[in-house]
Amino acid sequence: MSARPTFLLDGVEVPFDPGQSVMQAALAAGRHIPHLCYHPEFKPHGSCKVCTARVDGRMMTSCTVPAEMATEVESDTEELNDLRRTLVQMLFAEGNHFCPSCEQSGNCLLQALGYDLGVMTAGFRHLFPDRPVDASHPEILLDFNRCILCELCVRASREVDGKDVFALAGRGIEKHLVVNAESGRLGDTNAAAADKAMSVCPVGVILRKREGFHVPIGERRFDRSPVSDQASDFAPRKPEATRG
Amino acid sequence: MEGPAAPSATLPLDDAAATALERALARWGREPVRLLQVLREVQEALGWLPPPALTAVSRALGVPLAQVRGVVAFYSFLHAEPRGEYRLLFSDDVPDRMAGSGQRLAEMCERLWLEPGKLSEDGLVSVERTPALGLCDQAPALLVNGRPVTRLTAARAGQVCELVLARVPLEAWPADLFEVEDHVRRRDVLLGDDTRPGEALDAAFARGDAAGLGPQSLLDEIKAARLLGRGGAGFTTGVKWESCSRQPVTPRVVVCNADEGEPGTFKDRLLLRRHFDLVVEGMTLAAWAIGATLGFVYLRGEYRWLLDSLEATLARRREAGLLGRSIRGRPGFDFDIEIHVGAGSYVCGEASALVESLEGKRGIPRNRPPRLAEVGYRGLPTIVNNVESYCAAALIARHGADWFKSRGTARSSGTKLLSVSGDCARPGIYEYPFGVAVREVLADCGGEGAIAVQAGGPSGACLGQDEFGRRVAFEDIETGGALVVFGPERDMFEVARHYAHFFAEESCGFCTPCRVGTSLLKTLVDKVAEGKGTPRDLAEIERLGGVLRTASHCGLGESAPRPLIDTLRRFRPAWERRLGSSSMEPSFDLDGALARARRMTGRDDEGAHLPP
Repeated sequence: MSARPTFLLDGVEVPFDPGQSVMQAALAAGRHIPHLCYHPEFKPHGSCKVCTARVDGRMMTSCTVPAEMATEVESDTEELNDLRRTLVQMLFAEGNHFCPSCEQSGNCLLQALGYDLGVMTAGFRHLFPDRPVDASHPEILLDFNRCILCELCVRASREVDGKDVFALAGRGIEKHLVVNAESGRLGDTNAAAADKAMSVCPVGVILRKREGFHVPIGERRFDRSPVSDQASDFAPRKPEATRG
Repeated sequence: MEGPAAPSATLPLDDAAATALERALARWGREPVRLLQVLREVQEALGWLPPPALTAVSRALGVPLAQVRGVVAFYSFLHAEPRGEYRLLFSDDVPDRMAGSGQRLAEMCERLWLEPGKLSEDGLVSVERTPALGLCDQAPALLVNGRPVTRLTAARAGQVCELVLARVPLEAWPADLFEVEDHVRRRDVLLGDDTRPGEALDAAFARGDAAGLGPQSLLDEIKAARLLGRGGAGFTTGVKWESCSRQPVTPRVVVCNADEGEPGTFKDRLLLRRHFDLVVEGMTLAAWAIGATLGFVYLRGEYRWLLDSLEATLARRREAGLLGRSIRGRPGFDFDIEIHVGAGSYVCGEASALVESLEGKRGIPRNRPPRLAEVGYRGLPTIVNNVESYCAAALIARHGADWFKSRGTARSSGTKLLSVSGDCARPGIYEYPFGVAVREVLADCGGEGAIAVQAGGPSGACLGQDEFGRRVAFEDIETGGALVVFGPERDMFEVARHYAHFFAEESCGFCTPCRVGTSLLKTLVDKVAEGKGTPRDLAEIERLGGVLRTASHCGLGESAPRPLIDTLRRFRPAWERRLGSSSMEPSFDLDGALARARRMTGRDDEGAHLPP
């Protein structure tokens, strides 16, 4: 074993490879840092801010800080988890996240993080967006009201599928996901159910038709164990072109 | 053959749109990075961007249609819905409001028979608001199809309405309507400058040749002068330039940030209008110092009316051998400048968002590292500096670091232009050496009775009377130069509320805390304004403010809570007198929620309302 460089995460040494971010190194070492817009197969984005950590005294997103720049990282502290709770609450208030009636319940990263952080209520007045669902595609249903704007589908479609099916429009609280067709409908694009973009949504925007409740609630990914126990599953890896 | 048209996926592009698009493409080319400029020019010809035009632009530039729509929906001056033949855009900055812009807007809408934000029924006119036009010293102001009309008295507003209703073309409007004053109230070395075009370049070449150091001598001089960025953040210009000059990648890029969007600021308007040669001289010096060949001026859309004169200056300098190939006869020193016009987005004043916008994209601030000096415009090493910084750099090149440092304070050398507006007798532009006290500025501008000064726009500090001894300098009040003066009759709560709306409107929406947080803050402040606030709401504003400051992606989100927090600390009574009587007030109107049921049942009697 050659001596890899390390940084301290909450007082414990984490080794890293050159070029890795703090987040990537931590997850590869089996240490969880809460996150939403990070995905093991994609370049870090840094927009959800849930992975904010204190890196050598400065607040930074651990998904974008190169590990080389870090000596001591604080992540699992009351201060930071408070901040994360507020950010998760903001997202719950921004969209329509009715977990009991959502097909994604149990597989949803937002919900899993909510449980993990002990979020009991949205905490803020709900904004109740009213965006029409798009059922035009034979195999895919889009419910834009659950979007947390992580851009993973945008990135996957562009970088992996080479299709540019999705893009973002507007700004501020009006920012929203749009579909690349004159009609604005997914059915008028070349999107296919096997596209990478259709399998990266961390919440319940992109849903496969006729697969609802295939796995019963209670037996799904985050029903079985909390997200914080699944760090290794989020370790960085090469993009898989399509769903197997 | 004539026959029923085959169903087409694409709407037809009419002749006007096709011509406009061809012209824009001929000028800008067909690369995706030209998207914003092409859209802007097509819209200038058509008044708006009809769907077929968007599809045609998407095809011509090879940018996905969804991305084109995304860009259109990001910039508030790009319109996917029709606008009037006459488009009136009211400046909605605080000094405009203080000077009665709300009243003017209401009068004009009534006279023109329309609602703000809606097109008149005959398609003749539309009226909208925008955060700041950079004309606070002659408020209230508006733009008519991009041209400024200032000092909008009731009489002048009436005159504008008559001209619109009579469909008089803008070229035939009385010239005095479009007069914009400079309002230079105090000059120091910058505004008193008499540098002839090329003179600062010659001085820099001479110094470099004498020392045998070439461009490094200019980098050394800028560093020795301790020039700090004039946009407000105060980064050391020389260090930025030097780090860019050390990058292995070429070509390198020099960008001038003329996106003067901070409400209350208008000093760049003057520099662009009257001292643009000096600005360009500074940019050209920067290009020499860092070895750049590409230059951009990012001009805010609100200053589109300055474009022709800026282009003329660039053309003149090209003819004089001050831009282009072998500048000043120095072989290998090639540099030219293109002007990009923005389209109404405050966040684009942030350097990396500005570079994204230069690349034709939505203006979203980038993740750092890498810094722009390493990876900037199209991946090239790039420096972005404020208009005033380039002027200062030119002065340093001509006169030397020691001369420059002889003004100002220990850490803040040189002078600063201040944009002064609001409740004062002589609003305008004041140039002082760094270190001037706010009280001195107030005395000079005739604002002695002030109860508060907003220094540096909404992202700066709100100062109370006991702080007027504080000084404009990087050691004390860091500011891009806006000073808005508030007299005793002003309600500082309303000022804070206005800024809360401003930030919610201008958040780019990239990161969670700013996107959602600015909207939540706006809602909380509005709740207080309605008399339904509680002490808990004030505490919640402070808590949320902390979240935005800590976790936001860029300076916009970090600054957004500041006007609220500052006024809560300094003008708390203005907040508290609005609080509801109880310690818990619902944030929704229960009786209001029944309004729809009342409409449906046609009832409005006592029994159809909740007891008060």
